Amino acid sequence: MEVTGPGQDGPGHDLDVEAIRKDFPILATQMNGKRLTYLDTAATSQKPRAVLEAMDHYYETSNANVHRAAYSLAEQATNALEGARAKVARFIGATSPDQVVFTKNATESLNLVARAWGGKFLSAGDVVVLSQLEHHANIVPWHQLAAEQGVELRWIPVGPDGRLDLSGLDALLDGAKMLAVTAMSNVTGTITPVTELAERAHAAGALVAVDACQYAPHLSLDVQTFGADFVAFSSHKMLGPTGIGVLWGRPEVLDATPPFLGGGGMILDVTMDGFTPAAVPQKFEAGTPAVAEAVGLGAAVDYLDALGMDQVRAHEVALNRYAIEMLTDRFGDALTIHGPQEPEARGGVLSFALADIHPHDMSQVLNEHGVGVRPGHHCAKPLMRVLGVGATTRASWYVYNDTDDIDVLGDALADALDFFGL
Amino acid sequence: MSGLEDLYREIILDHYRSPRNRGELAVPPAHRTDGFNPLCGDEIVVYLELDDPAKGDDATITDLRIGGQGCSISQSSASMMSAAVKGHTVGDARHLTRAFKSMMSIHEGELGGDGSEAEADGGTVEPGELPLGDLDALKGVVKFPVRIKCATLGWNTLLQGFDDAGG
Ligand SMILES: Cc1ncc(COP(=O)(O)O)c(C=O)c1O
Repeated sequence: MEVTGPGQDGPGHDLDVEAIRKDFPILATQMNGKRLTYLDTAATSQKPRAVLEAMDHYYETSNANVHRAAYSLAEQATNALEGARAKVARFIGATSPDQVVFTKNATESLNLVARAWGGKFLSAGDVVVLSQLEHHANIVPWHQLAAEQGVELRWIPVGPDGRLDLSGLDALLDGAKMLAVTAMSNVTGTITPVTELAERAHAAGALVAVDACQYAPHLSLDVQTFGADFVAFSSHKMLGPTGIGVLWGRPEVLDATPPFLGGGGMILDVTMDGFTPAAVPQKFEAGTPAVAEAVGLGAAVDYLDALGMDQVRAHEVALNRYAIEMLTDRFGDALTIHGPQEPEARGGVLSFALADIHPHDMSQVLNEHGVGVRPGHHCAKPLMRVLGVGATTRASWYVYNDTDDIDVLGDALADALDFFGL
Repeated sequence: MSGLEDLYREIILDHYRSPRNRGELAVPPAHRTDGFNPLCGDEIVVYLELDDPAKGDDATITDLRIGGQGCSISQSSASMMSAAVKGHTVGDARHLTRAFKSMMSIHEGELGGDGSEAEADGGTVEPGELPLGDLDALKGVVKFPVRIKCATLGWNTLLQGFDDAGG
């Protein structure tokens, strides 16, 4: 099969980053008078022209409110929304678009699981197992449930190598009703063994919710292989717009889960005595959906498909290897890389410490070089405590980054050492 | 990197590398107050010992220690603060805090900030009994709006400490 697409000259080939960069208007801009070196994709990705144009095109040609209207324009809008849903379903290996619920972002998706599913199926003393790698989005909703419904939280520990320590997993899962775990850490880049975790959780009688917010943009995601019950992710980290996220659910689990928000669009019938919810996925999509954003996400998925997710992954592993080797070579013992040291064990995320330079100060110096990285706790404060740090500096890459970007990072880090006299 | 040199004056780096009054005090008699910058995770712990909290603004800060961790701006600002207010009255320290926060304020229109750190009346507060001294070096922070919260973290924690200690 001859696949050609943006920045790719055929299957099995490396990404043509130079060509890809031309698809991202923002990468031609400058920051502080320097070429923009964007290394903050783990926070949000940049958007290719194809996504921006798809959204404009929708507004220029098809905008109307979706569903429930007989005129053709509204039908076009509905088709645009449902077309995007079908694209996302295909992208993640869902067997039907009905398993794809559009939300605002991964945070809302995970809240839906905790509040709607957990609200119905969990009660005092029930156990939810999380991991210490989790983002606050997959912690706080469970804390809320613990406070309100007396649910008990247990934590899979993180070992010194940044991987999940599964040695006590059976005991943690004993009696658990839910395992909610990330597929890839946004801090250490650790890729977790989701398939194995899901199997073991199911064997223990628990359902499984996966935070794939960092995984979906960077690795080929197949919900069948995961074997989980819920999978959550955000559009804006995978070349799509902000304002839309996804919750995939196993059909029978989605059916059993009560609605999350109530309002228009999610009902079959409303009387003065009550309401009957619509079928999945509409049941979970109260109010006017983010149609243009869905269209943008559909275009993003097309763009990634054309590149090939295996190529995307191979490219990022190569950048991981280059970054780890080059930076270690250059900075030696002054550099600490958090998480697994093997390029294949992590996504394109590198959290590090250099000498004693605080991440805030570090990113300030990098900013002068046109380099955008992120300092802070990355919304993973429990993990920060495990790592024994208050904050890290995090650089992250994607399809539009190449080794030049990592060289610029290296030079900027050397300058920071120099500036702070270390 | 002229912009950066405005931010990181030598005196700031000196306080960062050799923080003054770093450590802990026994609680009680001291009061401990924790301050957080939720955006970046910086933490300042202020241990405050007053001669007599019942004297309110006339109480004297007999001892003060700073703990926690954070960036050079939050840590050096807290270090300078500790050196400036130790041995002085709560009232004078409150006044200095107002003067410092006024220096840190973004005046509306100038940098597009919301002026949330500014004095309610928008005016500049002159230092009272206590001079800004070294603290003047932190002036450059105003040009880096995201760092203002770093510079004011220790001061807000100190004010909270006065309230907690009943001083
Ligand atoms: C692992 C992980 N989970 C969840 C989220 C939350 O995503 P959003 O802010 O788009 O809801 C993020 C994004 O920061 C993330 O990295």
